[in-house]
This record gives sequence, structure tokens and C-alpha cells, in this order.
Amino acid sequence: MPRGVREFTLDRSFATTGARAIEGPGASAAWPYLAGALHPRFQVAADRPLAVRRVWLDTFDWRLYRAGLGLEYISRRGFAELSLVTREGTRIVSTTRAMIWPGLSDTLPRGPLRERVAPVVGIRALLPILSSAGTMWTQCVLDSEKKTVARLTVDDGVVQSGTGTGTGTGTDIGTTARTDTTMTATALPTRLTVTAVRGYDGQADRIGRLISELPGISPASRSALDTALAAVGRKPGSYTSKVGVQLAPATPAGPALAGVLLRLLEMAEANVEGVIRDIDTEFLHDLRIAVRRTRSALKLAGDALPGDMAVRFTPEFRWLGQLTTPSRDLDVHLLGLQRTAAGLITAAPEDLQPLHASLVRYRVTERRSLIRGLRSARFACLTRDWRGALSGVVTAPDKATRRWAEHARQPVANLAAARIRRAHQRLVKTASRVTPASPDDDLHTVRKRGKELRYLLEFFATLHEPAIHRGAVRELKQLQDCLGEIQDGHVQREAIRALAARMVEDRAAPAATLLAMGELAAQLDAAASVAREGFAKRFAQFTSARNTQRIALLTKVAA
Amino acid sequence: MRIYATYNIKGGVGKTSAAVNLAYLASREGWKTLLWDLDPQAAATYLFRIRPRVKGGSKALVHGTRPFDAAIKGTDFANLDLLPADFTYRRMDLLLDAARKPTRQLARLLEPLARDYDVVFLDCPPSVSLVSENVLHAADTLIVPIIPTTLCTRTLDQLTGFVGSLEAHQPSILAFFSMVDRRKRLHRDIVEHLPAERTDIATAAIPAMSLIEQMAVRRAPLPVFSPRSEATRCYQKLWEEISGRHRSGGNRQG
Repeated sequence: MPRGVREFTLDRSFATTGARAIEGPGASAAWPYLAGALHPRFQVAADRPLAVRRVWLDTFDWRLYRAGLGLEYISRRGFAELSLVTREGTRIVSTTRAMIWPGLSDTLPRGPLRERVAPVVGIRALLPILSSAGTMWTQCVLDSEKKTVARLTVDDGVVQSGTGTGTGTGTDIGTTARTDTTMTATALPTRLTVTAVRGYDGQADRIGRLISELPGISPASRSALDTALAAVGRKPGSYTSKVGVQLAPATPAGPALAGVLLRLLEMAEANVEGVIRDIDTEFLHDLRIAVRRTRSALKLAGDALPGDMAVRFTPEFRWLGQLTTPSRDLDVHLLGLQRTAAGLITAAPEDLQPLHASLVRYRVTERRSLIRGLRSARFACLTRDWRGALSGVVTAPDKATRRWAEHARQPVANLAAARIRRAHQRLVKTASRVTPASPDDDLHTVRKRGKELRYLLEFFATLHEPAIHRGAVRELKQLQDCLGEIQDGHVQREAIRALAARMVEDRAAPAATLLAMGELAAQLDAAASVAREGFAKRFAQFTSARNTQRIALLTKVAA
Repeated sequence: MRIYATYNIKGGVGKTSAAVNLAYLASREGWKTLLWDLDPQAAATYLFRIRPRVKGGSKALVHGTRPFDAAIKGTDFANLDLLPADFTYRRMDLLLDAARKPTRQLARLLEPLARDYDVVFLDCPPSVSLVSENVLHAADTLIVPIIPTTLCTRTLDQLTGFVGSLEAHQPSILAFFSMVDRRKRLHRDIVEHLPAERTDIATAAIPAMSLIEQMAVRRAPLPVFSPRSEATRCYQKLWEEISGRHRSGGNRQG
């Protein structure tokens, strides 16, 4: 609860029991009752009720909520404000022009609120996670000098929420791929807030005490957002890009893997609408991760699925992966351009402006193909058939499972151990062959092996001892980061060259821009070389006795 | 954080009215604004219906024995807070004199407020004292109300000369005509001609109106109870001129 703020919920029956002259809905009846309780020490100044619309904002992956922050956009006729409640209990309010959501953090008004929100949300857009419409009555509580010492606000709201079929993730925050959505209105409990004017906390405490003694009023146990989410049965923080499927070691491998793949399908679908609407670049990133994980699962453990499922669906997921690549590459260039431009030594950052303009233009073209693909019958069939096939495996009756191959029937713990061990061996073997003279492609292969091991560790994480699992992932991640820096440097250098050629062809590349792009390519190359020098050390750390022991423990069950 | 101080050696020239109305107008634009009523007469504090009392008095503020921001009170208006006056401010000179770097103490006290406020107004007592010297060191701009008389330029020149003699920080100066009586030819002539001759006098002028005196009766800033009045329009114009000068880099003396 913010400093100087006390919140109460008003029992709805209070409206008919507490006040003498009761007309109108909930809040209006509360005032005489409250004023009577505060008299004679305080007076309550009359005010008019205002129709307000309240929008709770967060990123798709609930970054603010996870960071203990609550952001509200409150609009009423001719006035709008943003209110941020921090974990430490302070409230930061910023008046603003009328705003449209979703929006990136740089659209927030400059000031302390934006400074607090921007680092948490990063490149993710702020979306309306829930909205309510209702009446807000604010009344000033005056002391004997007729000075306002606190404000009483009574909120009566109706929250709008969608119910329907589609993603099945329960993570929709206004944008996900719901195909059959109907809006329902749920009345929220009337909420009374006592906000102390700065320097008058003592009086606000007294006001809070007087009010809490009234029957029908009890201190609020949850934040307004939590109350609203609970009212519509929404679970906060329900979208995450983590796999997190709970597996029991003895579960047959087929249904267990199908469960993981269903989760990846949900994750992919949850991001489609955000990609199409171009809300932020992380939707495409998360969609690609879900597709890449699916492809890896099919490649590394697809034989644990019954029948020819892996063979049938592998080409379709390859198509989907390829569909998303050009747009993502352009996103990466655009996201990194400002940072790299700031690092230019000879050229000026504004020399790269034509590159930025070209990237934006190419992105528009590539996104058209991407959206066409995501709206195509092929994509719809893929998701429908894939879900049908996976659901069939998860819910298969015993009679059917007996006909499955041994790989599908074995305990998932055995499958996990065997595949992780094999992926680890392949990674170590490939990486051991790398020398300072090895071509870039060899390091690319090592990176791919690293990703395969990482995905397997993620799929089967819940089978592992958490501390050992965390240690193994940490070491692998450091090796992957090093490989990423090497490969990204090379890939982006080549991409810059290709872009330069394309821009020359399009007559969109002034000489200064080409020179700046040359410097950029050289910098990327230099960064990749530095990262490459660190590879041997990173790999030695990864193959240390301690980490090897971790992998042995994670794969012990199959022995 | 931008610090403005309404200052004049003379009393009764409209310093407090200007500080209260300008601070209110700044806060209405969305700037987090603090008004520090440094005058032990506590007129600004009274106008905001706040008790003229600071726990521990000026000693606690200057010595830092109580958190400075704990003394701040919220006004009835969004984004506008007040550091109230206290009768012990009359002895603030003595406390400042006993401190190390006695002319820099207010600037030191105000420094941490930059986290919370965009704009600070200092409503100064009418005197030449160590408090006013502290104000000169702390303020970015001195807002000087002057009554359009023959001697007003002399007063302004004296102040400009004094500020120019300061070694380190020199605030910019912006004077404005206050309590202008249009019935008097002298007032009309001075208000018409002087701003064209000097860059340190605002073109906006505040008329002598009983409505402004009503602030003490209504105990509120003028734009609150008389938003469409001529006097409110004049303060609005003055604020636009002051904040506009800040945006364009401000002016140094004359």
C-alpha cells in the first residue's frame, strides 16, 4: 500500500444499511455515512462524481507485476493521469495527454514515472491488461482551517473482460489470438481510498481509524488490480516464455513430450496476434523461440512421439521458422542500430540515418509476407492439426499406448537422461575440434549444438534437482553468450554488407552512409574477434570437472 | 530543478502574491513545485491555510537535525507543496552565520529536493540579510517586483550591481512591474517605455487590483477563485515570460 494511502472495501449491502437518504448506486449513499463518522473533527467538502475509465497496464509478460509495480491510466473528461504504485509503497502520479494503448515506454510523459517504468519494461510495449469503467467520487477532508488534509475516493467500477476460445493460455492481455471472444462486465467491490495530503499523515491515520470503525467497511486486503483480476478470474503473471511443464519421471515419454510441445504451441499462438499488430518486437522473438524449441524437440526426441508425427510436422515447422527469419533479422538490426551508431568513431551517428530508413522500409515489406503467412490456411492447418495430434497422444487410452514403439513408452526420465547425455557429448565433441584457425561455420555448428542441449535442459527441467539444473544451465548460458557474440558479429557483418549492396541498388546509400556502414562492419568484426579469443576459456569452464559432474548427475537416472 | 526567488528589499510590493500565483501556475502545468515561505510573517503559508510551524524551527532545518522534506506540506492543489514559514525564521541569520560557508546553506539544503521537484519558489522576506544572500546563491532567477516609480530603476540597478559582485553563482534577474495603477500617468509612462529599454524587465505587468488583495480573504491563489480575471491573465503572461526565458537560456543582468 502506498505511503500515506489507506484503502478499504465497502460492503455493497452498506449502501442500504448505513445511510439515511439513499439514492443512486453504492458510492453516492456512502457520503453522508462517512461525513457523519468524521464530524465534528473534520468536514467533508462536496464534489461531483466523475465518470472515469481506468486501464491497468503491463507488458505481455507481466514485467511490471513481477517487479512489484502497478501502473494505471485513469482518464476522465478532459483529463488523464498515470499512476504508478511501487513496491516500496510510494505512488508516482503524472498528468498526461490522452493516450492510446498499447504504447512503448518512450511514449510516457518524461519524469520520475517514466524513469521508474522504462528500465523494467525495456523494449516491451505497455498493454491494457484490464480496464474498468465507473464512477469516481473524490471528496476533500478539511480540518478546522478548511485546509484539505486528506482525500477520500470512492470507486464504483465495472470491469470488462473477454472470454472465449483460442489460445487456452489464460494469458490474454487484450491482444492475444482469441477467435471467439465475448465481453462480459463484472461489477467490482466498491473501494474507498483515503489519501493523505503530504505532511498530514497523522490526520489521515485518524480519518482511517474513524472510517474503519464503521460497520460495512473493512480494510482492503488486496490492491485494486489484484481485486479486479480476481473478480474476472484472471491469474496475474500467467504468461511466461519458460516451458515449465510439470513432469513425473515415470510418465511415458510420448505423452510427456506431447505435453511439452502443447505448451510450446500455446506459447507460439499467444504471440501471433502481437506479431500481426506489431505491438512490440518481443512477440516475434517469443514466437520464434517457441518454433525453434519445437523444431529441436522434433529433431532430438521426435522418435518418442508415436507414429510418424515428427516426420509429418518437421517440414511445416521449418517453413514457419523460415517465415519469421527475415523480419526478426531486421528487428535485430533496428534494435541495435542506436547503440552501435553511438559507438562510431570516424562516422557520425546521423550518417546511419539512411540505413535506418532503409531498414524500416525493408521491414514493412518483410512483415507483409510474415502476416500473410500467419493468416494463411497453411498456418491455421498446422496449428489445428498439431494440437489435435498432440492432444491425442496426451489423452491416449492405455490400449492405444501399448501399440506405441518402445521410445514412446519408456519413462520420460530415461528419455531425458539419454537425450541430454547425447546432446552434451555432441556439443563437447564439436567444440573440442575448434581451433583459432577454424572457420566461422564450425563455431556456428557449436552454437547450434549448444542450443540443442539448452532446449533439452529446459524441456525436462522439472525432472531435475533445481540447484544442479541451475548450475548446468548457468555454465551453458555463458558458453552460449560467448558463441552468440562471435556469431552475431559475423552474421551482422555479412548482413551489413548485403544491406549496403541492396541500398546501392535502391539508390538509397549516400557515400557517408556507406562509409559509416563500413566502420560498423569493422566494429562488429573486431567485437567478434575479441569474443573468439575468450572461447577457449569459456569452453574450459564448461568442461570443468564440476560441470561435467553436474551433467552426470542430471543424466544419472537412465543408468 | 529550477529555483526562482521573489525578492525585493522593500516590503509590500507584491512578492508573496507573485510567489503564490506563479507557483500555482507552474504546478498547474504539471511541474512538481515547491514554495518555501522564508518570510516569518508567513503570508504565503496563511494563503494556503497551512499552520506556520516547522517542527524544530529554523534550527532543525539549518542544522539538519530533522529531515528537511518532513517539514513539507501538501497544498490543496496537485503538484504544489509548501515549506511553511515559522516564526523562528526571524533568527535564521544567526544560525546561518554560525555555519561553515554561511552564504551557501540554503543552496545546500535545497539540493536534494531536485529528486522530487521541478520548480522551487522562494518567497523572501523584505531585507538585505544573510538569508537574502543565501537566496542569491541558491536561485537561478530572481523575480523582482517593482512599483513603477522614478526610483525603481535605481533600486534595480543596485540589485544588479550587487548580484554582479557575487564571486561564484550569479542568478539571472527578471523584474516586473507590480501594483501598476493605470490612472497614474507616471505609472503608464514607465510601464510603456522601460521594458523596451531594458532586457531585465518583463513586458507583463501586474495591475493594482483589489481582487489580488482578495487572495488573503479567499485564502487561495488568484487563478483558483478568479480564473478569468484580468489579474490572472497578467500573472499567466508573466509566468509564460519567466518560463519562456528559462527555456531559451535566460538572461543575465540587463
